Amino acid sequence: MITTFTPYAGLIGGTLIGLAAIILMAGNGRIAGCSGMFRQMLTLKFDNNFFCRGLFVVGIIAGTALARPFAPNALVIELPKLLPAISGGLLVGFGTALSHGCTSGHGICGISRFSLRSIVATMTFMVVGILTVYITKHVIGG
Amino acid sequence: MYRQRLTALISGLLFGIGLAISGMVNPAKVLNFLDFAGKFDATLLLVFASGVGVAMLGYYFTFKRAAPFFAERFYLPTVFAVDGRLLGGAALFGVGWGLTGYCPGPALASLAYLQPISFIFLAAMAVGALAARLVPEK
Repeated sequence: MITTFTPYAGLIGGTLIGLAAIILMAGNGRIAGCSGMFRQMLTLKFDNNFFCRGLFVVGIIAGTALARPFAPNALVIELPKLLPAISGGLLVGFGTALSHGCTSGHGICGISRFSLRSIVATMTFMVVGILTVYITKHVIGG
Repeated sequence: MYRQRLTALISGLLFGIGLAISGMVNPAKVLNFLDFAGKFDATLLLVFASGVGVAMLGYYFTFKRAAPFFAERFYLPTVFAVDGRLLGGAALFGVGWGLTGYCPGPALASLAYLQPISFIFLAAMAVGALAARLVPEK
């Protein structure tokens, strides 16, 4: 699916994500990292932290649902096919657990506090992501 | 305790609205950013730059405080090693990201669309995360 470059929507969305990260750190002292939230919910220890993380995740889903009718970028999305969804999901879950973070935890929050680990991790998954797309779309597929 | 939960909910809401407005909830838009040789769409770069810019500024003032507003202390990572786990994990994540266009945040956000494939992706992600527990620390 072809998508158009939407600079203003990108800047507004990014700003909101940055604000979300600030609010969680200033309020609760926590990093707004989605893979970590997801992983710690899998522990099924129903303490205060569990409910905080659960509400953060509920917020993400509800925020997307609320904004969707007003966001041209979110009206129509193209979801992955079954096989990539399963293999990709396994790799994303496994990889982010090993490296302790994803695009939000390492990418946004980590780089913003000048963490060397996060800078290295972000450069790594960006480069590998670009290579993967190059191989799947231009070498194998197309 | 309720203030912490309300804070988490508000933060998540803003995060989700940001993912929707920026289009990062659409895996195709993310894949197009990664596709330099194809239908390149640079939006993700601006999402990233503005997110980091805003958070950097906000964190700067936040960390001038001794503690957060509603918690005893800041819970920051205590691991600093740039090692094989970090590099290997980030690389495997990059492959999964490139295969699907999904990272964990947008994958969770996509539940708002109530499509079975989102649940399948998240179930696989859970299996992957649990499997990583089997990898020894050193």
